[in-house]
Amino acid sequence: MNRERDLGTKPTGSAEQVKLTVDGREVTVPKGTSVLAAASLAGLQIPKLCATDSLEAFGSCRLCLVEIDGRRGTPASCTTPAEAGMVVHTQTPRLLALRRGVMELYVSDHPLDCLTCSANGDCELQDVAGAVGLREVRYGNDGEQHRTAPKDESNPYFTFDSSKCIVCSRCVRACEEVQGTFALTIEGRGLSSKVATGTDDFLSSECVSCGACVQACPTATLNEKSVITLGTPTEAVETTCAYCGVGCGFRAETQGERVVRMVPSKRGQANEGHSCVKGRFAWGYATHQDRVKKPMIRARITDPWREVSWDEAFAHAAAEFRRIQASHGVDAIGGITSSRCTNEEVFLVQKLVRAGFHNNNVDTCARVCHSPTGYGLKQTFGTSAGTQDFRSVAQADVVLLIGANPTEAHPVFASRLKRRLREGAKLIVADPRRIELVRTPHVEASHHLALKPGTNVALINALAHVVVTEGLVKERYVQERCEPKDFESWARFIAEAKNSPEAMEAHTGVPAADVRAAARLYATAKNAAIYYGLGVTEHSQGSTMVMGMANLAMATGNVGRDGVGVNPLRGQNNVQGSCDMGSFPHELSGYRHVSDDATRELFEGLWNAPLSKEPGLRIPNMLDEAVGGRFKGLYVQGEDIAQSDPNTQHVVAGLEAMECVIVHDLFLNETAKYAHVFFPGSSFLEKDGTFTNAERRISRVRKVMAPLAGLADWEVTQGFARALGLPWSYQHPSEVMEEIAVLTPTFTGVSYERLDQLGSVQWPCNDKAPTGTPIMHVDRFVRGKGRFMLTEFIPTLEKSGPRFPLLLTTGRILSQYNVGAQTARTDNVTWHAEDVLEVHPFDAENRGLKTGDLVLLQSRAGETTLRAVVTEKVQPGVVYTTFHHAKTAANVVTTDYSDWATNCPEYKVTAVQVSRASEAAAFQQEDRRRDVALRQVAPGAVHASK
Amino acid sequence: MDATKLVHMANQIAQNFRVHAEAEAVRLTVEHLKSFWSPGMRRALQEHAQASGEGLEPVAAAAARALG
Repeated sequence: MNRERDLGTKPTGSAEQVKLTVDGREVTVPKGTSVLAAASLAGLQIPKLCATDSLEAFGSCRLCLVEIDGRRGTPASCTTPAEAGMVVHTQTPRLLALRRGVMELYVSDHPLDCLTCSANGDCELQDVAGAVGLREVRYGNDGEQHRTAPKDESNPYFTFDSSKCIVCSRCVRACEEVQGTFALTIEGRGLSSKVATGTDDFLSSECVSCGACVQACPTATLNEKSVITLGTPTEAVETTCAYCGVGCGFRAETQGERVVRMVPSKRGQANEGHSCVKGRFAWGYATHQDRVKKPMIRARITDPWREVSWDEAFAHAAAEFRRIQASHGVDAIGGITSSRCTNEEVFLVQKLVRAGFHNNNVDTCARVCHSPTGYGLKQTFGTSAGTQDFRSVAQADVVLLIGANPTEAHPVFASRLKRRLREGAKLIVADPRRIELVRTPHVEASHHLALKPGTNVALINALAHVVVTEGLVKERYVQERCEPKDFESWARFIAEAKNSPEAMEAHTGVPAADVRAAARLYATAKNAAIYYGLGVTEHSQGSTMVMGMANLAMATGNVGRDGVGVNPLRGQNNVQGSCDMGSFPHELSGYRHVSDDATRELFEGLWNAPLSKEPGLRIPNMLDEAVGGRFKGLYVQGEDIAQSDPNTQHVVAGLEAMECVIVHDLFLNETAKYAHVFFPGSSFLEKDGTFTNAERRISRVRKVMAPLAGLADWEVTQGFARALGLPWSYQHPSEVMEEIAVLTPTFTGVSYERLDQLGSVQWPCNDKAPTGTPIMHVDRFVRGKGRFMLTEFIPTLEKSGPRFPLLLTTGRILSQYNVGAQTARTDNVTWHAEDVLEVHPFDAENRGLKTGDLVLLQSRAGETTLRAVVTEKVQPGVVYTTFHHAKTAANVVTTDYSDWATNCPEYKVTAVQVSRASEAAAFQQEDRRRDVALRQVAPGAVHASK
Repeated sequence: MDATKLVHMANQIAQNFRVHAEAEAVRLTVEHLKSFWSPGMRRALQEHAQASGEGLEPVAAAAARALG
């Protein structure tokens, strides 16, 4: 297997070059490069154990020693910078003797079980022993040693076998420098020194199972259990993670088509070699026994599923959709694209709807997460995208984090952020909850603006009020970069007393003095950056809040360079891509409205089909129309709206009212219980394509194994399209990307060839930016001049009162992802086996609740039961839960109130009551009763075929 | 679609434009409805406005009536 190159120390990035000679070879390297790395760049390998290029040089193992002409001694090459004219020797007799002596000491306290060791063939200790020619160990076995030290197997994914530990500290340093958790330490001194977690074992420690320590370990001490079980991998494929919007690059390391482990790739430009517990370890769902591998159909949802061939499934689905259109009209059907699928697959689904269904009834899960980002950033900046690359945060001096919880939901970005905060950058957290970044070891926010749920716009207006009234506007920037009339109008509006922190305190609950201090900190920073999540968008004024943040950033000159910007942290892996690809009912790819004649004609010409110039139905509109009897057929690719969307009972009513629901998914999910056709899907390991992450980075997804159901998702959509009479004949997803590039101005330079050359690319990628655009709006905004928008605070109608006195807000947890379809089928349930309800001690005491109690959570939409956790993370009057587990059915409680501009649901504010419960809620009991019947598959399978 | 829901959504849109002068708020509401609502939803809102208009706030009602 090809391994990733390890230079031993980090690259410096210096533009200045120095030339030196190593073992007679001349090599030119950036100034500041270590001699160890310079030697590696010259093609020479100096033995090393404590050094690896993801970590700062440490200089402890005494193996990378070198001799340098004109210098005394044998310095460690990892801590010695290369200098111009330096002459280095790496293989002298003196060095060889020293290294052999050091290795002899290491091996004297190491089990000599290489042939049966799980790291056999993938062990740096073994490699170095070979490289230094170690042939004997003279110290015997009688002295004190660690060969019988116990093994810690508590973590579900890796073991810690301290008998094999050489105490190089790479794991400790990785936890500190790469992950920023500081869960590990070296305990004791001398021969007693050992790696320790501070608790009984890894599982009970602060370890977040990111895998950085396992990756850094040079021996079998920290080793993946999958490697221990299966053996070392033999091949590797570079691909992209299918979890959150960070979009980490991974090496899928395999034995043939069997994945042995997923290792974060140093070439992954979003993650630069780091990972989290989901991407690194939670990939077992791909081959889980619950995977459906045969297409299935049924006449009624109460019938058992009948397995059929692909051809029969396609023909049946097409006939049903055409029948519905003939009976109920062209607009009676629609489709939902998946933010978990590739750009190419998304593009094909929206093409199918527009060109095959002959309407624009296509939407995507971004409807329920970041659709306000699309609206708000397009209005103010001119396009629907984050402004920066992730690396940019390393240049930020102040970070304003609003409604996002990166250590849980975007952990690899959180590690970058924490690193910058440890370097001294300041953090302002605006969140109703006390998220981890408010105060954690080595990181503490300067301000925690713990606002009441539903008052984001009040807060952002108050911050902007301080900027305008205290003379903190960057006048020159605004004059040069923004629409003057809009700015003047906005400045007058925002300066009104009603927007002051003092006036808004009544709404937000945040002391005015804290708001003023935070505003000054943000506005006076050299570089101030905003990062935000669904705590911004999932409100009745989600779009207004996005515009409010854009206003603030423009007023303070914080758009258009490194270290600043307005940055949405996207939830799912390809939310950005699914939006880019034209998944919204009013837009074609590249965010161009369907009413634009020139754009539409371009598509019509290439697709040879007339397209509607009217916006179609959004997901909630489709469901409303279904309940009303006018919407009868839905093709859902890779989403589970019966679990993820608000007001579950309304969603189910909509699905049950339809005549043909087609679910295209890996599993028989909640939505599939109400479906009539099931197309088995393919995981990210089973297909080629691309994902686009939150920084607009387009990365390749590469096939590792054949699709378990015989067809990749793009082939399934194509099969369905052909059955509907569309003459599609794509042979490979690269051909779909070629079509995207032809039709989408921001993608004209994107091709698989370009992606292979560059590793990944951030759109816009076209003639003006052939290698992509890391930072947007550098000299001018996409729309030309930046546009300030008036953002009046309008309180939500969802209010607490006597019947529902608490406000529920929802979120995510590190180990789980979205509806849990993937992570709940892995050992990640070790950390989160069920959704729980966080309740403040004051509210708990009033209700006689304690941690672990089963509680009834009621709203005007519905009720469910779950376990309570009493915690001060939430403020009095606020409760919090996640929606990762179907059995909890958290969205039975959330309402159909939504953002005024986009219909993004108001998940973050639901008035509720909480009380002790003795049994599951009625909905849960009924759902469990129906669950088995609605998922039943008839015996007697037929073979699926193309 | 249920008229109550359409009225709620239309009022929300109109309220978010009420910071502008009334004529401008009506224009922006109409523009928004045309850009983001399906023809069927617009038609249903218009019919409701022309019938009773119950529940519609003034800007939303004016916008609904102005939908072409």
